[in-house]
Amino acid sequence: MPLNRRAFIGTAAAAGAALAAPMVRAQGRPRVVVVGGGAGGATVARYLARDSEGAVEVTLVEPSRSYYTCFFSNLYIGGFREIDSLAHSYGTLASDYGINVIHDWAVGVDRDARTVTLAGGAVLPYDRLVLSPGIDFVDGAVPGWDVSAQNAMPHAYKGGSQTELLKAQIEAMPEGGTFAMVAPPNPFRCPPGPYERISMVAHLLSRINPTAKILVADPKENFSKQGLFEEGWERHYAGMITRIGPDFGGADVEVNPAEMTVTIDGVVENVDVCNVIPAMKAGRIADIAGVTEGNWAPVNAFDLSSRIDETIHVLGDSAAQGDMPKSGFAANSQAKVCSNAILGALTGSTVFPARFTNTCWSLISTDDGVKVGAAYEATEEKIASTDSFISQTGESDDLRAATYRESIGWYDGITTDMFG
Amino acid sequence: MIRRLLPAAVLAACLAPSAGAEVGGDPDRGQELYVYCSGCHQVGRGAENGIGPHLNNIFDRGAAALDGFRYSDDLQRAARNGLIWDYDNLDAYIENPQILVSGTRMSFDGFEDQQDRDDVIAYLRRYSADPSNIPEAAPTARALDHGVAPEVLAIVGDPAYGEFLASECTSCHQASGTDSGIPSITNWPVDTFVIAMHAYKNGRRTHQVMNMMAGRLSDEEIAALAAYFATIE
Repeated sequence: MPLNRRAFIGTAAAAGAALAAPMVRAQGRPRVVVVGGGAGGATVARYLARDSEGAVEVTLVEPSRSYYTCFFSNLYIGGFREIDSLAHSYGTLASDYGINVIHDWAVGVDRDARTVTLAGGAVLPYDRLVLSPGIDFVDGAVPGWDVSAQNAMPHAYKGGSQTELLKAQIEAMPEGGTFAMVAPPNPFRCPPGPYERISMVAHLLSRINPTAKILVADPKENFSKQGLFEEGWERHYAGMITRIGPDFGGADVEVNPAEMTVTIDGVVENVDVCNVIPAMKAGRIADIAGVTEGNWAPVNAFDLSSRIDETIHVLGDSAAQGDMPKSGFAANSQAKVCSNAILGALTGSTVFPARFTNTCWSLISTDDGVKVGAAYEATEEKIASTDSFISQTGESDDLRAATYRESIGWYDGITTDMFG
Repeated sequence: MIRRLLPAAVLAACLAPSAGAEVGGDPDRGQELYVYCSGCHQVGRGAENGIGPHLNNIFDRGAAALDGFRYSDDLQRAARNGLIWDYDNLDAYIENPQILVSGTRMSFDGFEDQQDRDDVIAYLRRYSADPSNIPEAAPTARALDHGVAPEVLAIVGDPAYGEFLASECTSCHQASGTDSGIPSITNWPVDTFVIAMHAYKNGRRTHQVMNMMAGRLSDEEIAALAAYFATIE
């Protein structure tokens, strides 16, 4: 076996723990608690457990026993995936990686005592805490809507039952009916997501309800992959989609879930399905832990540690890190840098230079896939982009089909990287 | 894409293990220097064309691309030849507008000092698309070559470093060697792996993701990855 950093862990672990941890924790392995089992949390838990080879005790707190990915949920709406294909369990992380998986809600963080309290009453001590709770919605962001209205007007912006509900509502639309989307303001999870969703809803409707209309109220002037989506909508779904941007009142929106109306710039529209994607903020536990400023949790770029408490790391959508978009790929990428840094701090293993990547694939229609991506590095100020690419308009059908096949391979790859 | 040569000082700075990419200039200082531009060019909320075109969303915009502004014939010709306002071209243009477009109407002596230019460009960057919202937006920093950090790279082809670097690959390529839409990269002969990665790095093989991934890897890093992927079970 070649000499590598693992060979040093045995001795370094004891020394590292004694230096890093308070006296009461001097015995035993250093403890890392991870809150949130998505692309950030599951990945960091797996890498911590795998690379420390048992030298670090890893606990993963996630309420759901089955995790439904938000990425690829639009493909379920379009009819390209079964819902079951988006579900993943934590069994392998527990059995093969020795991670202590607890299905519960984290409801409190005591930063002085370094403990996390769960809804079930358990209190988990930590040397390092990783928060990767995804997003929550900003109260009052869309007048007339709150979470209690999410059955009448689903957000479907967290994977699982909301996604199924939205698809069922679309399938039940009357002939020639109207699907409305209230698109979110920046910054939000998955920049191309709402527009991939529009594409997938259009694809579904063009098959089952071809005279139906899609109405999008959008507070943003521009969005990611705009040229590619607009080209695709014209090509595949001509005449079906109307997007109202801020110049025409797309930012001035109110909804009435009881009446199923959307008011855009004072004009009342009766709609059959209304997908409200409100403004977003960090998952609530980040607020509870006191590591947010405004809606998000500011972090250092080199290790994703909170700028407020360096024993807490924040990954993925909740983090304000700089140039990376809020995406599953980004959270997965940040998790590996974070794991490497935490192991360095707790066990003395080698810390390599932080580097990040992101690629977002979107499906516009059958075999019409596009992608956007960028490379990033850490700076004192932020995670900074250093390179980027995007699919081009007018690409050949073969290239678009290859891009779609690639996205399927990526889904299998990243979910394996998350869940083992 | 930013292809400029890095000043020696920057290369030296990246020897420190924590050094990351270099963010171009200081936007606050750039704002002060912008007084040399603001007589003709508005930028920011509500900016409109004046003597010169407004500079909102200038990054990655084609030259002479704004509706409602009458550009010089020479700038329009440069636009037809594909002039895009990326970092390099903006840098050259504000050093001396005549470098890029000899008949431009932009009458400006230029910023001689590289730092001044970096700072002004950093200031302008604030008013172009934000990569966190529009991932394809122009980059905000210059990548550094991490291959020169000797304390990080104890030996060429270090499989431990390869294992860390490989975590970027396994977001898509499965470590188990499973092949579904994305090829397997495990158990390749070291030479084959190295040759393929260099072909992506220098652009002989074309794939948007792989060109970007390989483009930021040093020779040592490619060797480290090859060493790691050749050995995993």
